[in-house]
Amino acid sequence: MILEIVPLTPSLLEFPFEWHYVRSIIYVSLYVSLIAVALSTLFSLPVAMLVGFSEFRGKQLVTAVINTGMGLPSVVVGLAVLFTVSNQGPLGSFDLVFTTEAMIMSQFVLAAPVITGVSLAAVSSVEGGVRDAAYAMGGTRLDVALVTIKEARYGIATAVLAGFGRAISEVGSVLIVGGNIAGPDGTSKTRTLTTAIQLEARQGRFETAMILGAVLLALVLLVNGILVRLGSGSGTGGVR
Amino acid sequence: MQIQRRRVLAGLGTGVAVGLAGCTGALGGEDDDAAEISGETLTLTTTTSTYDTGLLDELNAPFQDRYGVTVDTVAQGTGAALETARNGDADVVMVHARSLEDEFLEDGYGVNRRDLMFNDFVVVGEPDDPAGVGGGDDVVSAFAEIAAAEATFVSRGDDSGTHTKEREIWDEAGLEPEERGEYQEAGDGMGEVLVRTDQGGGYTLADRGTYLSMQGEIDLEIHVQGPIEDGPDLLANPYGIVAVNPAVHDNVTYDLAMAYIGFLTGLEGHDVIQGYTVEGEQLFFPEAVAEDPNFQQYVPADWKPEEG
Repeated sequence: MILEIVPLTPSLLEFPFEWHYVRSIIYVSLYVSLIAVALSTLFSLPVAMLVGFSEFRGKQLVTAVINTGMGLPSVVVGLAVLFTVSNQGPLGSFDLVFTTEAMIMSQFVLAAPVITGVSLAAVSSVEGGVRDAAYAMGGTRLDVALVTIKEARYGIATAVLAGFGRAISEVGSVLIVGGNIAGPDGTSKTRTLTTAIQLEARQGRFETAMILGAVLLALVLLVNGILVRLGSGSGTGGVR
Repeated sequence: MQIQRRRVLAGLGTGVAVGLAGCTGALGGEDDDAAEISGETLTLTTTTSTYDTGLLDELNAPFQDRYGVTVDTVAQGTGAALETARNGDADVVMVHARSLEDEFLEDGYGVNRRDLMFNDFVVVGEPDDPAGVGGGDDVVSAFAEIAAAEATFVSRGDDSGTHTKEREIWDEAGLEPEERGEYQEAGDGMGEVLVRTDQGGGYTLADRGTYLSMQGEIDLEIHVQGPIEDGPDLLANPYGIVAVNPAVHDNVTYDLAMAYIGFLTGLEGHDVIQGYTVEGEQLFFPEAVAEDPNFQQYVPADWKPEEG
């Protein structure tokens, strides 16, 4: 419907933004999402290993809860984080409202279930024989974990990329906790590509919104490329 | 209720705080220079109509230069902007719904309100005007005609200043628009609603500033003018600016907020607002600099000394 109005050949020769502006919102987008995904990964991988390796009553329930977390509406997460960091909330004294730190918090909450859930599936699908063999060869728990991570590395890479995709494309929570702030000179403080797109669309400038959308896609492609490269590189190394 | 919410969120917060430990550490050093204004950050919550027109960038740039501070502008609806300030998350508020501002003052959250500027609302719609409201200068009967013709009306539906004005007009007309199928509550900003009206057809109430600044993107025409073009006074759209009360929220940068209000309501702010045009048309008319006293701007509109 929107596509009917947009001339499908927006000329990149007349780039409608100042580079300084676009550079700074790209920077904020990457800064927030990469840190959020890194923290989520640090948190999620051990959780996925823990749940994946152990057998306990209610394991299915835990798995179901994690998978449900993948569907958390970002606006709800944004509001919850806002209440937390607001002056009235439990973290009010840290002055985190409308900062990138608050945005990282909300993207962390959004990305963690995705990374946990997908890597849990990957870890669970590693055959028991592999782990048994590692035990049998006298491996410690850490060794067994490393072997499993190695076996499940493609699934885990997919998990991290899915988490990154969730974080960088999300607009609801960063708009609420970040406030979409950019200075008069076009320097972004908490404006990301997604909230900038929202701002352009709000003002009926669909062409420029689409151009920013293309920039966002290119960025995700680039990060995917780099991560896949890193993933396949580390895959050739042996486990010590 | 409040306490319960805190307790639930405290649990949520600690979980996240662990992950954030590295990031918050960097914030520690900022509280030391409380005596200096320079380097501080002022958080302004305002409406989409002032932000989307681009006026605030013009006002904030010279203010930032002069005081060496940063203004963080968060564009929300009037209702959300005031709510953010009530929570102590903003230092100063610039909005356009006098009744909501008065409530904000009466509840003790705001101090030192000033009239800043005004423009007006206009009723816009499709160029062919299917409900035939065009040309008249009675907005109440225009709304009644829109309802009678069962034409689409797109409402902001977001508790904003524009939405408040719109409900006031429906009230005057003695109509309950929510019960009609052709009444759409967008729950979105002014620009979004204009775009939606343009795409889906129908009418909406818009502030003249946002309408003018978006004229190039949309194909809508003014059917009822506001007071700037000799329309009814009911369509006047005055903007006020209020500082958040430091006695209620001791974390606000009150001195900076007052400096900002002083700058905007002074001669320099006057000139910027007066001189700001989009496609050759002036969007806002400053009213803070005036020789005649206007005491009513400091207090709720119907406030009397004996009541206070």
